[in-house]
Amino acid sequence: MIANAPFFVVGLLFLGGLTAIFMEKNLVKIAIAISVISSSVNLFLVALGYRVGGTVPIHFLAGEGTRMVLPTPQAMTLTAIVIALATTALLLSLIMLVHRHYGTLDIDEIRRLRG
Amino acid sequence: MNWNAHLPALLLAVPLFGAFASPVLSPFGRTTRNALLAGLSFVTLLVSLLLMKSVLAGGTAVYVMGGESTGLALPLGMKLPIRIIMEVDAFSAFMAVCGTVASFAGALFSMNYMDKFTALGRFVSLYFLLTLGMLGMMITGDIFNFFVFLEIASIASIGLIAFWRDRPEAVEASFKYMLISQVSSMVFLIAAGALYGKYNALNMAAIGGLIKPGTMEKLALVFLVGTLAMKCGAFPLHMWLPDAYAEAPSGVSCLLVAVSQASLYGLMRVCFSLYGVNLGGAFIPWVIISMGLASMFFGVTMAVVQHEIKRLIGYHSVSQVGYMLLGLGVGMLVLTDARGMAEYGFTAIKGGMFHIFNYTMYKALLFLAAGAVYYATGKRDLNELGGLARRMPFTTGMFVIAAAAISGLPPFNGFVSKLLIYESVFAVHPALAVVALVTSVLTLASFVKVFQTAFLGPEKSSFTAVREVPAGMLFGMGVLTVAVLVATLFPSWTISNLVEPAAKALVDQAGYIGAVMGGGL
Repeated sequence: MIANAPFFVVGLLFLGGLTAIFMEKNLVKIAIAISVISSSVNLFLVALGYRVGGTVPIHFLAGEGTRMVLPTPQAMTLTAIVIALATTALLLSLIMLVHRHYGTLDIDEIRRLRG
Repeated sequence: MNWNAHLPALLLAVPLFGAFASPVLSPFGRTTRNALLAGLSFVTLLVSLLLMKSVLAGGTAVYVMGGESTGLALPLGMKLPIRIIMEVDAFSAFMAVCGTVASFAGALFSMNYMDKFTALGRFVSLYFLLTLGMLGMMITGDIFNFFVFLEIASIASIGLIAFWRDRPEAVEASFKYMLISQVSSMVFLIAAGALYGKYNALNMAAIGGLIKPGTMEKLALVFLVGTLAMKCGAFPLHMWLPDAYAEAPSGVSCLLVAVSQASLYGLMRVCFSLYGVNLGGAFIPWVIISMGLASMFFGVTMAVVQHEIKRLIGYHSVSQVGYMLLGLGVGMLVLTDARGMAEYGFTAIKGGMFHIFNYTMYKALLFLAAGAVYYATGKRDLNELGGLARRMPFTTGMFVIAAAAISGLPPFNGFVSKLLIYESVFAVHPALAVVALVTSVLTLASFVKVFQTAFLGPEKSSFTAVREVPAGMLFGMGVLTVAVLVATLFPSWTISNLVEPAAKALVDQAGYIGAVMGGGL
C-alpha cells in the first residue's frame, strides 16, 4: 500500500490540474495547471523507475549495492522537464501577447474565433 | 559507403540542419534564405523518395543511432532492443513522401508569400523544425521518441500559427491549440510510461511482441487513441483545428495538414502495430469509426455555413479526416477475421490510405490557393470576393482541380479513394456509406459556393488592380497540382505502387515486430 503512495499523489495532482484547466477563468492559472499536470507526469515516470532499496544507476558510484533504480525513466523525465520548460515559456509569452491584444486574461472574454 | 542505409537518419538530419543554419545564414540576405528554404526542402523530398524506393525494394529499414552498426537493433545477449531506433516500413515511407511533398510546396509558396514580413529567419527555422517533428513522428520506432517529436512539432506549430502576432485572432488560435496539445501530450506520456512500467521497453516493435491483453494495456490504449485522435482533429475535440489552420500563414497551413496526418499515422501505428491482434474486441474500432462518422458529418455541416475562406477549408479538414478514420477503422474491425479482411477490410484500408495521400495534396493546394487569393486581394471573407477568374487564371485553374478532387467528382483522385471507402464500408453497415455519401454531397455544395462567389461573377471595381501571384507561389501550387493530377490520371499505378505496399505494411504486425526483434526468434 505505502509503495503505491506516489501513484496516488500522481493521480491527485493530475486530476487537480485537469479540473483547474476546466474550472479556472484566468489564463495564468491555467498555465499553472498545465505545469502541475506536467510535474505529475514527471513524478509518475520517476516513481515507475524506483526500486525499494535501490542505489544510483551508475556503475562506479553504486558502491556495495547491487540493486539499482531504473535509469531509463530518469532519462525520460529529464527530457520531459526540458520540453515542459520550453512549453511553459512559450505559453507565458502567448499569454503576454493575449493580454496586450485583449487587455484581459479572462478566458470568457477572449472569444473572437467562434462558429 | 552505402548511402541507402543512412537515409532514415538523413531524412531527419537535413531539416534539422536547415533549422539551425537559418539563423546563421539569413542575415546574408533574401536570396540566401530563400535558397536555403527551397533547397533543403527539396533535398528532404528527394531523400524521402529515395527512402520509399529503398524500402519498396529492400523491405523495412531499421536504423540504430549510435550503435556499432546501424542495422544492429538487438546486440548479442540482449532480449530487448536498446538505443534509439528508427523503423521505416512502407507505411512510414509513404507518409514521409506525403509530408515532404506538402513541405516542399509550402516552402516554395512561402518564399514570395512571406516576403513583406520581418523575422523571416525565425520563420524558416520554425518551418524546418515543424518538418523535422512531422518526419520524426513518421519514422521513429520508439514510443518515447514519438512523444519528443510530437512536442517538437507542436512547439514549432504554435510558434508558426502565432507568427502574425499582431493579429489577436492568431494569438488566440495558437493559445487554444497549445492548451489542447499540451494536455494531450502529457496524457500520451503517461500511456508511454505505463507501457514501459509493464514491459520494460519503449520500442514499439518490442512492446508489440510482448503485449498481452490486460487492464493496464486497455487504459494505455484509451489514452493513446484519445490523445492522437485529438491531435489529428477528430470530432469531439476538433475546435482548435479550423482556428489554427485559418490563422496560420498559408504556407504553414499547408504543412500543418501534413502534420496532423502524422498524428493519424501514430494512431494507426498504435492500433495496428503496437496492439494489433490484442486490440481486445470491436470496441476501439467502433470508437474510431464513430469518431470518423461524427467528424465527417459535423465538420461538413459547420463548413457549409462559413464565409471566411480559410476557415471553411479548415472545417473541411475535420470532415476529410473522418473519411480516413472510417476506412482505417473498418480495416481494424476485421483485423482478426481473415475472411472479412480479404472481402472488404483490405479495400477499406487501401481507401483510407489513398485518401491520406489525396487529402494531403488537395487540401494543401486549397490552402495555398486561398492564401494566393488573400495575397492578391487582401480579403479573406467570401462576401467581399468575386470575379477573380479573369485576374488570376492560374490560381483559379488549380483551385478548381483541388475543389473537384475534394468533392469526389469523377475522375479525380478524391473520387477513387472515396469509392474504395464507400464500397468497403457498405459491407459492414449501409448506414456508414450513407453518411459518407451525404458528406461528399455537402462538400461539393460548399465548394461550388466558394468557387462561384470568389472566382466567378462580374468583376468588382475594387479588384481591377489585382494581378496573378508571383512565380514562386504558382510553383508551390503547381507541385501539388501535379501530385493531384498524377494520382488522378494513373490511379491504378498509384494504388499498386504506393498505396498497396503501405496498406500491406500496416496490417502486417508480425513483419513490423520481426524487423527489429529478428524474425522467428
